Amino acid sequence: MTAVENVSAPSNAAAGPVVVSFDHVTHWYGNVVAVNDISLELGPGVTGLLGPNGAGKSTILHLLAGFLSPSRGSVTIGGESPWRNPDIFRTVGLVPERDSVYAFLTAREFVTASAKLHKLPAPKAAAERALQLVEMTDAADRPIQTYSKGMRQRAKVAAALVHDPQVLLLDEPFNGMDPRQRMHMMDLLRGLGSNGRTIMFSSHILEEVEKLADTVQVVVTGRLAASGDYRTIRRLMTTRPHVFLLRSTDDRALAKVLISSPAVQGVSLTKDGLEVHASDHGTFTRELAKVSRAAGIGLREVIPSDESLESVFAYLVGA
Amino acid sequence: MVNSTVVWITYRALFGRKRALLFALPALLLIVLTLLVKSAHGTLADWPATILGEVGVGAVVPLTALLVGTSVLGSEIDDNSVLHLLATPVQRRTVIVSKVLVSAVVTALFAAVPVLIAGVIAQGADSLAIGCFLGAVLGSIAYSCLFVLFSAALRHPVIYALAYVALWEELISNLVGGAKYLSIEQWSLGLAHAVSDNSNLNSHLTLLPSLILAAIAVVLMIGYSTERLSAFTLRAD
Repeated sequence: MTAVENVSAPSNAAAGPVVVSFDHVTHWYGNVVAVNDISLELGPGVTGLLGPNGAGKSTILHLLAGFLSPSRGSVTIGGESPWRNPDIFRTVGLVPERDSVYAFLTAREFVTASAKLHKLPAPKAAAERALQLVEMTDAADRPIQTYSKGMRQRAKVAAALVHDPQVLLLDEPFNGMDPRQRMHMMDLLRGLGSNGRTIMFSSHILEEVEKLADTVQVVVTGRLAASGDYRTIRRLMTTRPHVFLLRSTDDRALAKVLISSPAVQGVSLTKDGLEVHASDHGTFTRELAKVSRAAGIGLREVIPSDESLESVFAYLVGA
Repeated sequence: MVNSTVVWITYRALFGRKRALLFALPALLLIVLTLLVKSAHGTLADWPATILGEVGVGAVVPLTALLVGTSVLGSEIDDNSVLHLLATPVQRRTVIVSKVLVSAVVTALFAAVPVLIAGVIAQGADSLAIGCFLGAVLGSIAYSCLFVLFSAALRHPVIYALAYVALWEELISNLVGGAKYLSIEQWSLGLAHAVSDNSNLNSHLTLLPSLILAAIAVVLMIGYSTERLSAFTLRAD
C-alpha cells in the first residue's frame, strides 16, 4: 500500500452500502499481469477510475461487467459474481469504450432494442426517457453511422441507462464529446450519483475526474496506487516535488539564491540551464520571481519538466 | 429459446453489410448451370442427380451457410458490437438459438429453395427435387449450427469453415470411411436419397443414421456454442 492510500479520506463506500466489491483481484493476460491484487469497495455516488493509458482501467471495468474472470480473488456486484451471470445486467448498465454500435440502426431503434432486450414493460417509453436524458431526441431517427463520436457515445449511454440500472459502468465516456456535451454528461452522471446510483467511470484525464468524481481510484500499471477522496489526492499531487528548468541572466547566482529557500530541495547547473527540485510547488512558484528580482537576476525561461500525468502517477506509486 | 429482438438485430446486421450481395451468388450459379446442362442434355441423362446432389447440396448449401453463418455472430464479435447484446440479461442460449435460426432460414432461402428450383428446372417437381430440397434444408440447419459454433469459439471462423467444407467434406470424408458419419453433406444426401430413391446421388448413409447424427450434432453444437458465448471475454486495448 502506498502513502497515498494511507492518507485516503473516507470513500463513498463508507458513507453508503457497499454495492461493488473487489477482493484481492488479479488478472493475467497470458504472462502479462493486467490487474494486480486490487481490493476496493464502492457504494452509491460517482467514482472515477483514473490512470494512464494501459494502466488496467478497462480490465477492471470488464471484470466488473463479467466479460473477464478474475485469475485470483473475487468480484461481486450486489453480492453476486458477474462472471457467467447475464442476470447481473438487470441492475448493471455498461458503456464500453470501443466505438462499436449497431451503426445501421437509428439511435431510437438501438435504445428501444436495448429496452426490449431488458424485457421492460414499456420499451418505447423507456427509450424516449433515456434519449431525453442524453439530449438525443432531435437526432434519434438518424442512423448511428451518420453520428459524430460524441453523439455515438451519448447513444451508448442512453442504451445503458434505458433500464435505470443501480450500477453504471462507463469506459472513457467523455471521449469525442465537445465541451457542452461533456458538461451535460457530467451533470447527468452527477445527478444519478446523488440519486443513489453507483457510477464508476474511467478516465486518463485528471480534470474530468476532478470535476465529477466524489471518490477516486488511481490505477497505475495494474495496481491501485491511490484511493479515496479526490481533494486529498490532488493535494498530494500539487505538493509533490517538482522539477523546473530555469534560464536566467546569471544561472550560477540564481542557484545560490534559490538554495537558501526552504521550498527548494536542490539545484544543479546543466548545459541547458539551472535544474531546480522544488519541494513545494506553490511556495516555489510564488517566491521565484520575488527572489530573482531582489537579486537583480532576469528570468528568461521557467519550464516545468515533470508535469505529465505519468509523472504524477509515478509519484503516487512511489510515495 | 428465441428472442425476436435478437433475430431482428441479426437480420438487420446481416443485410446491412455488402457481404449480403454474395449470398445469392452460389444459387445463381446453380440455376445458370442447370439451365446450361439441360439445354445441352435434355432430361434423358442422369445429370440432375449430379447437379442437385454434388453442386446443390454439396457446394451451394455449405458455401451459402458459410457466408451467412459466419456473419450472424462472427461479424459482431469481430467489431465488438456483440457487447451491446451481451450487456443485457438475455440468456446466452437464447442468443445462440436466435442466431442459428436466422442463419438457417436465410441459408435455406438462398440455397435450399434454389436447389428446389433447379430440381424443377431439371426434371420437374419430382421426388429428386423434393428430396434434395429437404436434404438442403437439413444441411442449412446443421451448417448454421457449425459455423455459429466456429464464430463463438474461434478467432478466424471463416478459415475453419472453409477447411471443414473443402478438406473434411470434399477430401477426407471421401477417402476415410468413418469420416462420412461426421459429414453434414452426407447427412443431407442421406435424407435426399431416402426421399428420392435416386442411386445417382453420392450418398453413403441411410436415412436413420443421417437424421440421428444430425439431431445429436445440432444439440451438441448449440450447447457448446452457448458455453463459449457464456465465457465471452473482452481484452483491453
